[in-house]
Amino acid sequence: MKPFSYTRAESVRDAVAALMANPQAQLLAGGTNLIDLIKYDVAEPEAVIDINRLPLKEIVELPDGGLRIGALVSNSAVAYDPRVKQHFPLLSSAILAGASPQLRNAATTGGNLLQRTRCYYFYDPASPCNKRDPGSGCPAIGGLNRIHAILGASDACIAVHPSDMCVALAALDATVEVEGPDGAREIGFADFHRLPGDGPDRDNTLRRGEIVTGVRLEANHFAGHHTYLKLRDRLSYAFALVSVAAAVQVADGRFVEVRVALGGVAHKPWRDPLAEAEFAGAPAGEETFIRLADRLLAGAEGRGHNDFKIPLAHRAIVRALRQAVSGHPQDQTVKAIQ
Amino acid sequence: MDTPRAQSGLPTSSLILDINGIAQTVEVHPWTTLLDLLRSELELTGTKKGCDHGQCGACTVLIDGERINSCLKLAVTLDGAEITTIEGLGTPGDMHPLQRAFVEHDAFQCGYCTPGQICSAVGLINEGHAQGRDEIRELMSGNLCRCGAYTNIADAIEEVLSAQAGTPQREAAE
Ligand SMILES: Cc1cc2nc3c(=O)[nH]c(=O)nc-3n(C[C@H](O)[C@H](O)[C@H](O)COP(=O)(O)OP(=O)(O)OC[C@H]3O[C@@H](n4cnc5c(N)ncnc54)[C@H](O)[C@@H]3O)c2cc1C
Ligand code: SF4
Ligand code: FES
Ligand code: FES
Repeated sequence: MKPFSYTRAESVRDAVAALMANPQAQLLAGGTNLIDLIKYDVAEPEAVIDINRLPLKEIVELPDGGLRIGALVSNSAVAYDPRVKQHFPLLSSAILAGASPQLRNAATTGGNLLQRTRCYYFYDPASPCNKRDPGSGCPAIGGLNRIHAILGASDACIAVHPSDMCVALAALDATVEVEGPDGAREIGFADFHRLPGDGPDRDNTLRRGEIVTGVRLEANHFAGHHTYLKLRDRLSYAFALVSVAAAVQVADGRFVEVRVALGGVAHKPWRDPLAEAEFAGAPAGEETFIRLADRLLAGAEGRGHNDFKIPLAHRAIVRALRQAVSGHPQDQTVKAIQ
Repeated sequence: MDTPRAQSGLPTSSLILDINGIAQTVEVHPWTTLLDLLRSELELTGTKKGCDHGQCGACTVLIDGERINSCLKLAVTLDGAEITTIEGLGTPGDMHPLQRAFVEHDAFQCGYCTPGQICSAVGLINEGHAQGRDEIRELMSGNLCRCGAYTNIADAIEEVLSAQAGTPQREAAE
Protein backbone atom coordinates (compact mmCIF):
# COMPACT_ATOMS: atom_id res chain seq x y z
CA MET A 1 0.00 0.00 0.00
CA LYS A 2 1.19 3.51 -0.72
CA PRO A 3 1.51 5.64 2.40
CA PHE A 4 -1.29 8.04 3.30
CA SER A 5 -2.11 10.25 6.24
CA TYR A 6 -4.92 9.37 8.61
CA THR A 7 -7.37 11.59 10.45
CA ARG A 8 -10.46 10.75 12.40
CA ALA A 9 -13.45 13.02 11.73
CA GLU A 10 -15.30 14.05 14.88
CA SER A 11 -18.32 15.54 13.09
CA VAL A 12 -19.92 15.54 9.65
CA ARG A 13 -18.70 19.14 9.19
CA ASP A 14 -15.19 17.97 10.01
CA ALA A 15 -15.37 15.29 7.35
CA VAL A 16 -16.71 17.74 4.76
CA ALA A 17 -13.98 20.27 5.63
CA ALA A 18 -11.29 17.59 5.33
CA LEU A 19 -12.61 16.57 1.90
CA MET A 20 -12.66 20.20 0.76
CA ALA A 21 -9.13 20.79 2.07
CA ASN A 22 -7.58 18.00 -0.01
CA PRO A 23 -8.95 16.80 -3.37
CA GLN A 24 -6.90 13.61 -2.90
CA ALA A 25 -8.59 12.73 0.39
CA GLN A 26 -11.04 9.82 0.69
CA LEU A 27 -13.52 8.83 3.37
CA LEU A 28 -13.09 5.49 5.11
CA ALA A 29 -16.14 3.66 6.46
CA GLY A 30 -16.07 -0.17 6.73
CA GLY A 31 -13.01 -0.24 4.48
CA THR A 32 -14.06 -3.43 2.67
CA ASN A 33 -13.88 -1.74 -0.71
CA LEU A 34 -11.49 1.16 -0.17
CA ILE A 35 -8.72 -0.85 1.54
CA ASP A 36 -8.99 -3.50 -1.16
CA LEU A 37 -8.60 -0.83 -3.87
CA ILE A 38 -5.67 0.81 -2.05
CA LYS A 39 -3.89 -2.55 -1.90
CA TYR A 40 -4.18 -2.83 -5.68
CA ASP A 41 -2.99 0.79 -6.17
CA VAL A 42 -6.33 1.52 -7.81
CA ALA A 43 -7.26 4.02 -5.11
CA GLU A 44 -4.33 6.21 -4.09
CA PRO A 45 -5.61 8.64 -1.47
CA GLU A 46 -3.10 11.05 0.07
CA ALA A 47 -5.32 11.32 3.10
CA VAL A 48 -7.79 8.88 4.58
CA ILE A 49 -10.55 10.39 6.69
CA ASP A 50 -12.04 7.89 9.09
CA ILE A 51 -15.76 8.59 9.55
CA ASN A 52 -16.49 5.59 11.76
CA ARG A 53 -16.99 7.64 14.89
CA LEU A 54 -19.64 9.94 13.40
CA PRO A 55 -23.12 9.68 14.92
CA LEU A 56 -24.71 8.07 11.85
CA LYS A 57 -25.27 4.61 13.33
CA GLU A 58 -28.98 4.55 14.01
CA ILE A 59 -32.09 3.35 12.27
CA VAL A 60 -34.91 5.76 13.13
CA GLU A 61 -38.63 5.29 12.56
CA LEU A 62 -40.30 8.14 10.69
CA PRO A 63 -43.85 9.39 11.36
CA ASP A 64 -45.15 8.19 7.96
CA GLY A 65 -44.10 4.59 8.68
CA GLY A 66 -40.79 4.89 6.89
CA LEU A 67 -37.24 4.50 8.20
CA ARG A 68 -34.07 6.52 8.11
CA ILE A 69 -30.94 4.39 8.05
CA GLY A 70 -27.75 6.16 9.12
CA ALA A 71 -24.83 5.97 6.67
CA LEU A 72 -22.71 4.04 9.17
CA VAL A 73 -25.23 1.35 10.06
CA SER A 74 -23.60 -1.92 9.02
CA ASN A 75 -25.10 -4.04 6.27
CA SER A 76 -25.73 -6.79 8.87
CA ALA A 77 -27.47 -4.43 11.27
CA VAL A 78 -29.81 -3.28 8.49
CA ALA A 79 -30.53 -6.81 7.26
CA TYR A 80 -31.41 -8.16 10.72
CA ASP A 81 -33.21 -5.09 12.07
CA PRO A 82 -36.74 -6.25 13.03
CA ARG A 83 -38.31 -3.10 11.50
CA VAL A 84 -36.47 -3.60 8.23
CA LYS A 85 -37.41 -7.29 8.20
CA GLN A 86 -41.05 -6.48 8.83
CA HIS A 87 -41.59 -3.46 6.59
CA PHE A 88 -38.79 -3.68 4.01
CA PRO A 89 -38.03 -7.42 3.73
CA LEU A 90 -36.85 -6.86 0.15
CA LEU A 91 -33.94 -4.80 1.47
CA SER A 92 -33.07 -7.36 4.10
CA SER A 93 -33.15 -10.14 1.53
CA ALA A 94 -30.95 -8.30 -0.98
CA ILE A 95 -28.31 -7.54 1.64
CA LEU A 96 -28.22 -11.16 2.82
CA ALA A 97 -27.71 -12.26 -0.79
CA GLY A 98 -24.46 -10.31 -0.96
CA ALA A 99 -20.85 -10.69 0.19
CA SER A 100 -20.27 -12.77 3.38
CA PRO A 101 -21.31 -12.40 7.05
CA GLN A 102 -17.85 -10.99 7.94
CA LEU A 103 -17.97 -8.44 5.12
CA ARG A 104 -21.55 -7.46 5.94
CA ASN A 105 -20.54 -6.87 9.56
CA ALA A 106 -17.90 -4.37 8.46
CA ALA A 107 -19.60 -2.86 5.40
CA THR A 108 -21.74 0.23 5.92
CA THR A 109 -24.84 1.61 4.22
CA GLY A 110 -22.96 4.62 2.80
CA GLY A 111 -19.98 2.55 1.68
CA ASN A 112 -22.21 0.05 -0.08
CA LEU A 113 -23.72 2.86 -2.19
CA LEU A 114 -20.24 4.13 -3.08
CA GLN A 115 -18.56 0.78 -3.78
CA ARG A 116 -16.86 0.66 -7.13
CA THR A 117 -17.19 -1.71 -10.07
CA ARG A 118 -15.52 -5.16 -10.11
CA CYS A 119 -14.47 -4.79 -13.79
CA TYR A 120 -11.18 -6.76 -14.11
CA TYR A 121 -9.43 -3.97 -16.01
CA PHE A 122 -10.49 -1.33 -13.51
CA TYR A 123 -8.84 -3.46 -10.81
CA ASP A 124 -5.59 -3.79 -12.77
CA PRO A 125 -3.55 -0.57 -12.82
CA ALA A 126 -1.41 -1.98 -15.63
CA SER A 127 -4.45 -1.85 -17.99
CA PRO A 128 -5.94 1.25 -19.52
CA CYS A 129 -9.39 2.08 -18.13
CA ASN A 130 -11.51 5.18 -18.66
CA LYS A 131 -13.00 4.89 -15.21
CA ARG A 132 -9.66 4.77 -13.42
CA ASP A 133 -7.68 6.87 -15.86
CA PRO A 134 -10.01 9.03 -18.01
CA GLY A 135 -9.16 9.04 -21.70
CA SER A 136 -6.99 5.91 -21.58
CA GLY A 137 -9.56 3.64 -23.25
CA CYS A 138 -11.80 0.73 -22.37
CA PRO A 139 -10.21 -2.68 -22.92
CA ALA A 140 -13.40 -4.45 -21.79
CA ILE A 141 -14.97 -3.47 -25.12
CA GLY A 142 -13.64 -6.20 -27.37
CA GLY A 143 -11.90 -7.81 -24.40
CA LEU A 144 -13.06 -9.92 -21.49
CA ASN A 145 -16.55 -8.72 -20.73
CA ARG A 146 -18.49 -11.62 -19.27
CA ILE A 147 -19.52 -9.61 -16.18
CA HIS A 148 -20.24 -6.37 -18.04
CA ALA A 149 -23.29 -4.28 -18.91
CA ILE A 150 -26.06 -5.06 -21.36
CA LEU A 151 -28.05 -1.88 -20.74
CA GLY A 152 -27.14 1.81 -20.68
CA ALA A 153 -23.45 1.32 -21.51
CA SER A 154 -21.42 3.76 -23.60
CA ASP A 155 -18.40 3.61 -25.89
CA ALA A 156 -16.35 4.83 -22.95
CA CYS A 157 -17.31 2.19 -20.35
CA ILE A 158 -19.41 -0.95 -20.05
CA ALA A 159 -18.90 -1.59 -16.32
CA VAL A 160 -21.70 -2.53 -13.92
CA HIS A 161 -22.44 -1.37 -10.40
CA PRO A 162 -21.90 -4.45 -8.22
CA SER A 163 -24.20 -3.81 -5.25
CA ASP A 164 -27.12 -6.02 -4.25
CA MET A 165 -28.40 -3.64 -1.57
CA CYS A 166 -28.69 -0.80 -4.08
CA VAL A 167 -30.92 -2.86 -6.39
CA ALA A 168 -33.44 -3.22 -3.56
CA LEU A 169 -33.11 0.48 -2.67
CA ALA A 170 -33.83 1.35 -6.32
CA ALA A 171 -36.99 -0.77 -6.29
CA LEU A 172 -38.04 0.84 -3.01
CA ASP A 173 -37.54 4.39 -4.38
CA ALA A 174 -35.23 5.28 -1.49
CA THR A 175 -33.89 8.79 -0.92
CA VAL A 176 -30.20 9.46 -0.24
CA GLU A 177 -29.47 12.17 2.31
CA VAL A 178 -26.18 14.01 1.86
CA GLU A 179 -24.34 16.88 3.46
CA GLY A 180 -21.70 19.06 1.86
CA PRO A 181 -20.06 22.48 1.95
CA ASP A 182 -23.39 24.09 0.95
CA GLY A 183 -25.41 22.25 3.56
CA ALA A 184 -27.73 19.26 3.35
CA ARG A 185 -29.67 18.03 0.32
CA GLU A 186 -31.43 14.86 -0.81
CA ILE A 187 -31.06 12.82 -3.95
CA GLY A 188 -33.73 10.43 -5.27
CA PHE A 189 -32.27 6.96 -5.65
CA ALA A 190 -32.72 6.91 -9.43
CA ASP A 191 -30.57 10.05 -9.66
CA PHE A 192 -27.84 8.96 -7.24
CA HIS A 193 -25.89 6.59 -9.49
CA ARG A 194 -25.26 7.61 -13.08
CA LEU A 195 -24.78 6.01 -16.48
CA PRO A 196 -21.21 6.16 -17.82
CA GLY A 197 -21.80 8.40 -20.86
CA ASP A 198 -18.49 10.07 -21.63
CA GLY A 199 -17.55 10.46 -17.96
CA PRO A 200 -17.28 6.96 -16.48
CA ASP A 201 -14.85 8.16 -13.81
CA ARG A 202 -17.92 9.44 -11.99
CA ASP A 203 -20.10 6.66 -10.55
CA ASN A 204 -22.63 8.96 -8.92
CA THR A 205 -23.91 12.52 -8.66
CA LEU A 206 -22.32 13.47 -5.34
CA ARG A 207 -20.60 16.85 -5.54
CA ARG A 208 -17.14 17.56 -4.27
CA GLY A 209 -17.00 17.52 -0.47
CA GLU A 210 -20.36 15.79 -0.04
CA ILE A 211 -20.82 12.89 2.34
CA VAL A 212 -23.77 10.51 2.50
CA THR A 213 -25.41 10.82 5.92
CA GLY A 214 -28.28 8.38 5.49
CA VAL A 215 -30.87 6.62 3.37
CA ARG A 216 -34.59 7.16 3.79
CA LEU A 217 -37.33 4.68 2.98
CA GLU A 218 -41.01 5.46 2.69
CA ALA A 219 -43.78 3.09 3.72
CA ASN A 220 -45.10 1.00 0.82
CA HIS A 221 -47.96 -1.35 -0.02
CA PHE A 222 -46.04 -4.39 -1.19
CA ALA A 223 -46.53 -6.49 1.94
CA GLY A 224 -45.36 -10.01 1.07
CA HIS A 225 -45.27 -9.36 -2.69
CA HIS A 226 -41.61 -8.89 -3.41
CA THR A 227 -38.50 -10.90 -4.14
CA TYR A 228 -34.76 -10.55 -4.64
CA LEU A 229 -33.51 -13.13 -7.11
CA LYS A 230 -29.74 -13.20 -7.58
CA LEU A 231 -27.99 -15.39 -10.16
CA ARG A 232 -24.23 -15.91 -9.88
CA ASP A 233 -21.41 -18.36 -10.52
CA ARG A 234 -21.65 -19.99 -7.10
CA LEU A 235 -24.49 -19.96 -4.61
CA SER A 236 -22.89 -17.67 -2.01
CA TYR A 237 -20.05 -15.15 -1.69
CA ALA A 238 -20.12 -14.10 -5.34
CA PHE A 239 -21.28 -10.98 -7.15
CA ALA A 240 -24.44 -11.08 -9.24
CA LEU A 241 -24.29 -11.85 -12.93
CA VAL A 242 -27.91 -10.77 -13.04
CA SER A 243 -30.23 -9.93 -10.17
CA VAL A 244 -33.84 -8.79 -9.99
CA ALA A 245 -35.64 -6.94 -7.22
CA ALA A 246 -39.36 -7.08 -7.85
CA ALA A 247 -42.13 -5.52 -5.77
CA VAL A 248 -45.76 -5.60 -6.83
CA GLN A 249 -49.24 -4.68 -5.69
CA VAL A 250 -52.01 -6.82 -7.13
CA ALA A 251 -55.79 -6.40 -6.88
CA ASP A 252 -58.40 -8.62 -8.57
CA GLY A 253 -55.68 -10.43 -10.46
CA ARG A 254 -54.28 -7.28 -12.01
CA PHE A 255 -51.21 -5.17 -11.30
CA VAL A 256 -51.94 -2.00 -9.37
CA GLU A 257 -48.23 -1.29 -9.35
CA VAL A 258 -45.20 -3.23 -10.52
CA ARG A 259 -41.59 -2.30 -9.91
CA VAL A 260 -38.59 -4.15 -11.30
CA ALA A 261 -34.98 -3.16 -10.61
CA LEU A 262 -32.11 -5.06 -12.23
CA GLY A 263 -28.60 -5.60 -10.88
CA GLY A 264 -25.47 -6.73 -12.70
CA VAL A 265 -26.66 -5.35 -16.02
CA ALA A 266 -25.80 -1.64 -16.00
CA HIS A 267 -23.62 1.10 -14.54
CA LYS A 268 -26.41 1.69 -12.01
CA PRO A 269 -29.30 -0.32 -10.62
CA TRP A 270 -31.55 -0.41 -13.70
CA ARG A 271 -35.17 0.68 -13.60
CA ASP A 272 -37.58 1.81 -16.28
CA PRO A 273 -40.53 3.55 -14.61
CA LEU A 274 -42.21 4.35 -17.94
CA ALA A 275 -42.28 0.69 -18.86
CA GLU A 276 -43.53 -0.23 -15.40
CA ALA A 277 -46.36 2.32 -15.68
CA GLU A 278 -47.56 0.77 -18.93
CA PHE A 279 -48.23 -2.47 -17.08
CA ALA A 280 -50.44 -1.04 -14.34
CA GLY A 281 -53.82 -2.68 -14.85
CA ALA A 282 -52.41 -5.64 -16.82
CA PRO A 283 -53.33 -9.16 -15.67
CA ALA A 284 -50.74 -10.34 -13.13
CA GLY A 285 -49.93 -13.52 -15.05
CA GLU A 286 -47.27 -15.28 -17.09
CA GLU A 287 -48.07 -13.57 -20.37
CA THR A 288 -47.68 -10.13 -18.81
CA PHE A 289 -44.44 -11.17 -17.09
CA ILE A 290 -42.98 -12.13 -20.48
CA ARG A 291 -44.14 -8.93 -22.15
CA LEU A 292 -42.69 -6.83 -19.33
CA ALA A 293 -39.36 -8.67 -19.56
CA ASP A 294 -39.36 -8.12 -23.36
CA ARG A 295 -40.05 -4.44 -22.80
CA LEU A 296 -37.37 -3.98 -20.12
CA LEU A 297 -34.72 -5.68 -22.26
CA ALA A 298 -35.72 -4.19 -25.61
CA GLY A 299 -32.56 -2.06 -25.70
CA ALA A 300 -30.21 -4.71 -24.32
CA GLU A 301 -26.94 -5.17 -26.17
CA GLY A 302 -24.41 -7.95 -25.61
CA ARG A 303 -20.67 -7.46 -26.04
CA GLY A 304 -19.67 -11.03 -26.73
CA HIS A 305 -18.88 -12.85 -23.52
CA ASN A 306 -21.87 -11.33 -21.77
CA ASP A 307 -24.44 -12.12 -24.47
CA PHE A 308 -25.82 -14.82 -22.17
CA LYS A 309 -26.99 -12.13 -19.75
CA ILE A 310 -29.83 -11.10 -22.07
CA PRO A 311 -31.76 -14.40 -22.00
CA LEU A 312 -30.67 -14.92 -18.37
CA ALA A 313 -32.11 -11.54 -17.35
CA HIS A 314 -35.29 -12.27 -19.30
CA ARG A 315 -35.88 -15.53 -17.45
CA ALA A 316 -34.89 -13.96 -14.13
CA ILE A 317 -37.42 -11.15 -14.56
CA VAL A 318 -40.22 -13.60 -15.40
CA ARG A 319 -39.29 -15.85 -12.47
CA ALA A 320 -38.99 -12.93 -10.04
CA LEU A 321 -42.40 -11.59 -11.04
CA ARG A 322 -43.89 -15.04 -10.50
CA GLN A 323 -42.30 -15.16 -7.02
CA ALA A 324 -43.47 -11.65 -6.14
CA VAL A 325 -47.04 -12.13 -7.37
CA SER A 326 -47.41 -15.48 -5.61
CA GLY A 327 -45.98 -14.01 -2.40
CA HIS A 328 -43.08 -16.48 -2.25
CA PRO A 329 -39.89 -14.42 -2.10
CA GLN A 330 -36.60 -16.12 -2.95
CA ASP A 331 -35.13 -17.86 0.10
CA GLN A 332 -31.53 -16.68 0.62
CA THR A 333 -30.61 -19.68 2.78
CA VAL A 334 -32.07 -22.59 0.87
CA LYS A 335 -31.09 -21.43 -2.57
CA ALA A 336 -33.44 -23.57 -4.65
CA ILE A 337 -35.31 -21.29 -7.06
CA GLN A 338 -39.04 -21.92 -6.90
CA MET B 1 2.36 -6.87 0.68
CA ASP B 2 3.35 -8.95 3.64
CA THR B 3 4.64 -6.56 6.23
CA PRO B 4 3.64 -3.00 6.87
CA ARG B 5 6.19 -0.62 5.45
CA ALA B 6 8.36 0.34 8.37
CA GLN B 7 9.67 3.44 6.67
CA SER B 8 11.32 5.58 9.25
CA GLY B 9 10.12 9.13 9.40
CA LEU B 10 6.61 8.20 8.28
CA PRO B 11 3.92 8.91 10.81
CA THR B 12 2.70 6.39 13.32
CA SER B 13 -0.18 6.52 15.76
CA SER B 14 -0.31 5.05 19.18
CA LEU B 15 -3.38 3.08 20.16
CA ILE B 16 -4.62 0.88 22.92
CA LEU B 17 -6.09 -2.45 21.94
CA ASP B 18 -7.40 -5.20 24.17
CA ILE B 19 -6.03 -8.28 22.49
CA ASN B 20 -7.26 -11.59 23.87
CA GLY B 21 -7.96 -9.97 27.22
CA ILE B 22 -4.67 -8.08 27.54
CA ALA B 23 -4.57 -4.31 27.05
CA GLN B 24 -1.65 -3.37 24.83
CA THR B 25 -0.31 -0.10 23.50
CA VAL B 26 0.83 -0.41 19.90
CA GLU B 27 2.40 1.97 17.39
CA VAL B 28 1.12 1.59 13.85
CA HIS B 29 1.41 3.27 10.47
CA PRO B 30 -1.95 4.41 9.12
CA TRP B 31 -1.85 1.70 6.42
CA THR B 32 -1.09 -1.25 8.70
CA THR B 33 -3.96 -3.71 8.60
CA LEU B 34 -5.11 -5.48 11.73
CA LEU B 35 -3.94 -8.74 10.11
CA ASP B 36 -0.39 -7.46 9.56
CA LEU B 37 -0.30 -5.98 13.05
CA LEU B 38 -1.30 -9.31 14.59
CA ARG B 39 1.01 -11.49 12.52
CA SER B 40 4.07 -9.33 11.94
CA GLU B 41 4.27 -7.09 14.95
CA LEU B 42 2.54 -9.00 17.73
CA GLU B 43 3.60 -12.43 16.51
CA LEU B 44 0.09 -13.79 16.85
CA THR B 45 0.43 -15.96 13.77
CA GLY B 46 -2.62 -18.11 14.44
CA THR B 47 -4.64 -15.74 12.26
CA LYS B 48 -3.86 -16.59 8.63
CA LYS B 49 -3.41 -14.55 5.48
CA GLY B 50 -5.03 -16.28 2.53
CA CYS B 51 -5.97 -13.76 -0.13
CA ASP B 52 -5.44 -10.42 1.69
CA HIS B 53 -8.52 -9.11 -0.19
CA GLY B 54 -11.62 -10.19 1.71
CA GLN B 55 -12.18 -13.20 -0.51
CA CYS B 56 -11.36 -16.21 1.68
CA GLY B 57 -12.08 -15.62 5.40
CA ALA B 58 -8.74 -17.08 6.65
CA CYS B 59 -8.04 -13.81 8.49
CA THR B 60 -11.35 -13.77 10.40
CA VAL B 61 -11.07 -12.41 13.96
CA LEU B 62 -13.60 -10.95 16.38
CA ILE B 63 -13.76 -7.23 17.09
CA ASP B 64 -15.97 -6.49 20.09
CA GLY B 65 -17.47 -9.95 19.55
CA GLU B 66 -18.24 -9.46 15.83
CA ARG B 67 -16.47 -11.43 13.14
CA ILE B 68 -14.72 -9.42 10.42
CA ASN B 69 -11.94 -9.90 7.85
CA SER B 70 -8.82 -8.49 9.50
CA CYS B 71 -7.06 -8.03 6.13
CA LEU B 72 -9.46 -5.21 5.24
CA LYS B 73 -9.39 -3.40 8.58
CA LEU B 74 -6.86 -0.68 9.31
CA ALA B 75 -5.51 -1.14 12.83
CA VAL B 76 -5.41 2.62 13.40
CA THR B 77 -9.23 2.78 13.26
CA LEU B 78 -9.60 0.38 16.18
CA ASP B 79 -8.35 2.41 19.16
CA GLY B 80 -10.08 1.04 22.27
CA ALA B 81 -11.45 -2.11 20.63
CA GLU B 82 -11.42 -5.67 21.98
CA ILE B 83 -9.86 -8.12 19.56
CA THR B 84 -10.20 -11.89 19.93
CA THR B 85 -8.05 -14.19 17.82
CA ILE B 86 -7.77 -17.97 17.78
CA GLU B 87 -5.05 -17.70 20.46
CA GLY B 88 -7.59 -16.05 22.77
CA LEU B 89 -10.29 -18.69 22.44
CA GLY B 90 -8.54 -21.59 24.11
CA THR B 91 -5.27 -23.40 24.67
CA PRO B 92 -4.28 -26.99 23.88
CA GLY B 93 -4.99 -27.88 27.49
CA ASP B 94 -8.21 -25.92 27.72
CA MET B 95 -9.87 -25.84 24.35
CA HIS B 96 -12.90 -23.80 23.34
CA PRO B 97 -15.89 -26.07 22.63
CA LEU B 98 -15.57 -25.27 18.92
CA GLN B 99 -11.87 -26.14 18.91
CA ARG B 100 -12.69 -29.46 20.58
CA ALA B 101 -15.52 -30.13 18.12
CA PHE B 102 -13.27 -29.37 15.14
CA VAL B 103 -10.76 -31.93 16.43
CA GLU B 104 -13.42 -34.52 17.18
CA HIS B 105 -15.08 -34.13 13.79
CA ASP B 106 -11.82 -34.02 11.85
CA ALA B 107 -12.97 -30.67 10.46
CA PHE B 108 -9.73 -29.85 8.62
CA GLN B 109 -6.97 -31.32 6.53
CA CYS B 110 -4.11 -28.83 6.11
CA GLY B 111 -5.56 -26.61 8.84
CA TYR B 112 -4.77 -23.31 7.13
CA CYS B 113 -8.37 -22.10 7.08
CA THR B 114 -9.16 -23.47 10.53
CA PRO B 115 -8.44 -20.46 12.80
CA GLY B 116 -10.62 -18.34 10.53
CA GLN B 117 -13.33 -21.02 10.45
CA ILE B 118 -13.38 -21.26 14.24
CA CYS B 119 -13.42 -17.49 14.85
CA SER B 120 -16.15 -17.21 12.24
CA ALA B 121 -18.16 -19.95 13.95
CA VAL B 122 -17.84 -18.14 17.29
CA GLY B 123 -19.20 -15.01 15.58
CA LEU B 124 -21.99 -17.02 13.97
CA ILE B 125 -23.10 -18.42 17.33
CA ASN B 126 -22.92 -14.95 18.97
CA GLU B 127 -25.08 -13.52 16.18
CA GLY B 128 -27.83 -16.04 16.85
CA HIS B 129 -29.23 -16.22 13.32
CA ALA B 130 -28.37 -19.86 12.64
CA GLN B 131 -30.55 -22.69 13.89
CA GLY B 132 -30.11 -25.55 11.53
CA ARG B 133 -27.65 -26.92 9.07
CA ASP B 134 -28.78 -24.88 6.05
CA GLU B 135 -28.25 -21.69 8.00
CA ILE B 136 -24.86 -22.84 9.26
CA ARG B 137 -23.78 -23.62 5.70
CA GLU B 138 -24.95 -20.26 4.36
CA LEU B 139 -23.64 -18.19 7.27
CA MET B 140 -20.25 -19.90 7.10
CA SER B 141 -19.95 -19.18 3.37
CA GLY B 142 -17.45 -16.39 4.06
CA ASN B 143 -14.84 -19.02 4.96
CA LEU B 144 -13.40 -21.00 2.10
CA CYS B 145 -11.65 -24.32 2.69
CA ARG B 146 -9.33 -25.33 -0.13
CA CYS B 147 -9.18 -28.87 1.29
CA GLY B 148 -12.95 -29.15 1.14
CA ALA B 149 -13.55 -30.11 4.77
CA TYR B 150 -16.94 -28.40 4.63
CA THR B 151 -19.08 -31.35 5.67
CA ASN B 152 -17.10 -31.95 8.85
CA ILE B 153 -16.86 -28.22 9.59
CA ALA B 154 -20.64 -27.98 9.45
CA ASP B 155 -20.93 -31.10 11.64
CA ALA B 156 -18.64 -29.58 14.29
CA ILE B 157 -20.50 -26.29 14.39
CA GLU B 158 -23.89 -27.99 14.39
CA GLU B 159 -22.87 -30.04 17.40
CA VAL B 160 -21.74 -27.02 19.43
CA LEU B 161 -24.77 -25.00 18.39
CA SER B 162 -27.25 -27.66 19.45
CA ALA B 163 -25.33 -28.42 22.66
CA GLN B 164 -25.70 -24.82 23.77
CA ALA B 165 -28.82 -24.80 25.88
CA GLY B 166 -30.75 -21.56 25.35
CA THR B 167 -29.06 -20.74 22.06
CA PRO B 168 -29.50 -17.00 21.36
CA GLN B 169 -33.01 -16.43 20.12
CA ARG B 170 -34.10 -15.06 16.81
CA GLU B 171 -36.47 -12.12 16.67
CA ALA B 172 -40.05 -13.20 16.18
CA ALA B 173 -40.52 -11.01 13.11
CA GLU B 174 -39.44 -12.72 9.91
C1 LIG C 1 -14.83 -10.51 -1.53
C2 LIG C 1 -15.95 -9.53 -1.57
C3 LIG C 1 -17.21 -9.93 -1.99
C4 LIG C 1 -18.26 -9.02 -2.03
N1 LIG C 1 -19.47 -9.45 -2.48
C5 LIG C 1 -20.49 -8.56 -2.58
C6 LIG C 1 -21.76 -8.95 -3.07
O1 LIG C 1 -21.98 -10.11 -3.41
N2 LIG C 1 -22.73 -8.02 -3.16
C7 LIG C 1 -22.51 -6.73 -2.78
O2 LIG C 1 -23.44 -5.93 -2.88
N3 LIG C 1 -21.33 -6.32 -2.32
C8 LIG C 1 -20.31 -7.21 -2.21
N4 LIG C 1 -19.10 -6.79 -1.75
C9 LIG C 1 -18.86 -5.36 -1.59
C10 LIG C 1 -19.25 -4.81 -0.24
O3 LIG C 1 -20.65 -4.81 -0.11
C11 LIG C 1 -18.70 -3.37 -0.19
O4 LIG C 1 -17.30 -3.46 -0.16
C12 LIG C 1 -19.20 -2.61 1.02
O5 LIG C 1 -20.59 -2.46 0.98
C13 LIG C 1 -18.53 -1.23 1.09
O6 LIG C 1 -18.87 -0.62 2.31
P1 LIG C 1 -17.74 -0.07 3.30
O7 LIG C 1 -18.42 0.61 4.41
O8 LIG C 1 -16.79 -1.15 3.65
O9 LIG C 1 -17.05 0.99 2.35
P2 LIG C 1 -15.57 1.57 2.31
O10 LIG C 1 -14.65 0.59 1.71
O11 LIG C 1 -15.21 2.18 3.61
O12 LIG C 1 -15.80 2.77 1.29
C14 LIG C 1 -16.17 2.54 -0.06
C15 LIG C 1 -16.24 3.91 -0.77
O13 LIG C 1 -17.33 4.65 -0.25
C16 LIG C 1 -16.89 5.92 0.22
N5 LIG C 1 -17.74 6.21 1.39
C17 LIG C 1 -17.94 5.42 2.47
N6 LIG C 1 -18.87 5.95 3.28
C18 LIG C 1 -19.25 7.12 2.70
C19 LIG C 1 -20.20 8.12 3.06
N7 LIG C 1 -20.94 8.04 4.17
N8 LIG C 1 -20.35 9.20 2.24
C20 LIG C 1 -19.61 9.29 1.09
N9 LIG C 1 -18.70 8.37 0.70
C21 LIG C 1 -18.54 7.28 1.49
C22 LIG C 1 -15.43 5.74 0.54
O14 LIG C 1 -14.74 6.97 0.43
C23 LIG C 1 -15.00 4.76 -0.54
O15 LIG C 1 -14.74 5.44 -1.74
C24 LIG C 1 -18.05 -7.69 -1.64
C25 LIG C 1 -16.80 -7.28 -1.19
C26 LIG C 1 -15.75 -8.17 -1.15
C27 LIG C 1 -14.41 -7.73 -0.67
S1 SF4 D 1 -15.68 -1.22 -18.56
FE1 SF4 D 1 -15.36 0.75 -17.50
S2 SF4 D 1 -14.27 0.11 -15.69
FE2 SF4 D 1 -14.01 -1.59 -17.13
S3 SF4 D 1 -12.17 -1.16 -18.37
FE3 SF4 D 1 -13.86 -0.22 -19.45
S4 SF4 D 1 -13.81 1.88 -18.68
FE4 SF4 D 1 -12.70 0.68 -17.19
S1 FES E 1 -6.92 -13.02 4.04
FE1 FES E 1 -8.60 -11.78 4.62
S2 FES E 1 -10.24 -12.68 3.59
FE2 FES E 1 -8.55 -13.77 2.74
S1 FES F 1 -8.29 -27.46 6.00
FE1 FES F 1 -7.00 -26.93 4.33
S2 FES F 1 -7.97 -25.10 3.65
FE2 FES F 1 -9.39 -25.83 5.08
